[in-house]
Amino acid sequence: MICAANHHMTNEECKKAVLDIIADIAPDEDLSNVKPDVRLRDQLQLDSMDFLDIVMELRKRHGIEVPEADYMRLASLDSCAEYLTPKFNALAAKS
Amino acid sequence: MNSGSQYDVAIIGAGLSGLAAGIRLAHFGKRVCIFERHNAVGGLNSFYSLGGRKYDVGLHALTNFVPAGVKGTPLGKILRQLRIDRDELALSPQKGSRVAFGPGGESVLRFTNDFALLESEVASKFPSQAEGFRRIAAFVRDMPLSGGAAGPSARAYIRGCIGDPVLEDMMLCPLMFYGSAREDDMDLSQFAIMFRALYLEGFARPLEGVRVIMRVILEKYREAGGERRMKCGVRSIVAREGRAAALVLDTGEEIRADHVLSSIGADETQALLGARPRAARTLGYVETISVLDRAPAALGWGDDTIVFFNDSERFTYRDPAEQVDTRSGIICFPNNFDYGPGRGLAEGFFRVTCLAHYESWKGLTEAAYAAGKARWFGEIQESAMRFLPRLEAADALARATVATDMFTPTTVEKFTGHFRGAIYGSPEKNPDGRTALSNLYLCGTDQGMLGIVGSMLSGISMANRHILQAPAAAA
Repeated sequence: MICAANHHMTNEECKKAVLDIIADIAPDEDLSNVKPDVRLRDQLQLDSMDFLDIVMELRKRHGIEVPEADYMRLASLDSCAEYLTPKFNALAAKS
Repeated sequence: MNSGSQYDVAIIGAGLSGLAAGIRLAHFGKRVCIFERHNAVGGLNSFYSLGGRKYDVGLHALTNFVPAGVKGTPLGKILRQLRIDRDELALSPQKGSRVAFGPGGESVLRFTNDFALLESEVASKFPSQAEGFRRIAAFVRDMPLSGGAAGPSARAYIRGCIGDPVLEDMMLCPLMFYGSAREDDMDLSQFAIMFRALYLEGFARPLEGVRVIMRVILEKYREAGGERRMKCGVRSIVAREGRAAALVLDTGEEIRADHVLSSIGADETQALLGARPRAARTLGYVETISVLDRAPAALGWGDDTIVFFNDSERFTYRDPAEQVDTRSGIICFPNNFDYGPGRGLAEGFFRVTCLAHYESWKGLTEAAYAAGKARWFGEIQESAMRFLPRLEAADALARATVATDMFTPTTVEKFTGHFRGAIYGSPEKNPDGRTALSNLYLCGTDQGMLGIVGSMLSGISMANRHILQAPAAAA
């Protein structure tokens, strides 16, 4: 697993991890200009099925669980980083 | 019990919906096995070889086709969800299709994958109805892609927009033929799904037919780690305390799974639970296939991809009283897709599909069945040829024909296990996919989505909703 490496993950690295997932589940989207403070849904064609995939890939690739009640915290790249970075670092600390 | 008989998810049927669900589940780490009674995958969209030739079952064209770059459509969703690159499907768009009504096909509406053509056809042939037709198209565009369940009558809705019964029937004919399980009408949501699939989006086909799509899907399933057991049907589902506790295979072996997804149809699934099948009124089809020594265009038949025909005053979409209803039908020329320069099928194909009455084909002696096929093969083709350019010689088709085949509702029943050979399942749909057992769900034809793209979307959405999403919510 990429993020099991024992180092402190930055917000920027976390955003990159999320973008890598989006690139794989929506290869037809242009991700070169995604604004971190704008809702992903408002700048990319992503629906609830795609968000489910982001959640599933976070679990599959990084072992991170996102309960359904927290889905809205994945709205933008900034909110993803705020919510997920501590989770990444908590996992890294354990390993 | 050995470890080979315990799964996270057991899927009944290796058609497109079951395989699509399997890809999703296996991709996200579920231990999945698909059980298929037949020796071939594909279910209602399968293929076979006969006399050294390859034939498609079912598929005339993939509907819901949109070119690369068009977003937010069902095709885009399945490509994303199954991680398929659209080039893998190698889809070639249709050349052009038409609806032809009247004894010699005098009334014509042409349509292609560009909706503007159909709009202009309606505007020039039914000028007083053009505005109403635009309202229908706008209504369909605003409808969610997933559609809904049993609902109001499509005919009642259409009559609120357009006032010409000929246009109403011409518009409905292709939509019913390509996906209505209901006689003479459609649920409004099914109508919207089909209007989008055929008219707003369109037709395409891989040069080598449905087997290309099956190959891609099977490869994704294998890569994701899914298991598959062929010639290994499910004989019964054991229900205990409101759950599907086990599956008993044809071999007698017992399988346990946390979840069971059945793609074989609602009644067919009930039968595995010991229920007697209801006598649902389903619709059956016959199809004649002629293999030609040249392309249909070279015979003088032009470039039509699909022709939907009807010779009568009104279009009747009902279980016929006779073995076959030849008044209306579908002509398909698989040659007439735009495969690109220098690419095409080596032989010509002329396929004609008509409604057929299951009961009058079932239980015949071998001789009576063969006689029925021989009689109707000729009548079906003669009926269809009224809607094509007249050939120079009366025996031109016979002389160009190098092989023929034909299927009836009993053929479909035999190979797919769908009761009465129903292609579009039961008239009542179950969009939610839930059953009386808490861990048993339906996907496929009775879940309410249609066509190749729809069946895959059905498997995907049922796997997401009932199996993948549930543990995330509980976490």
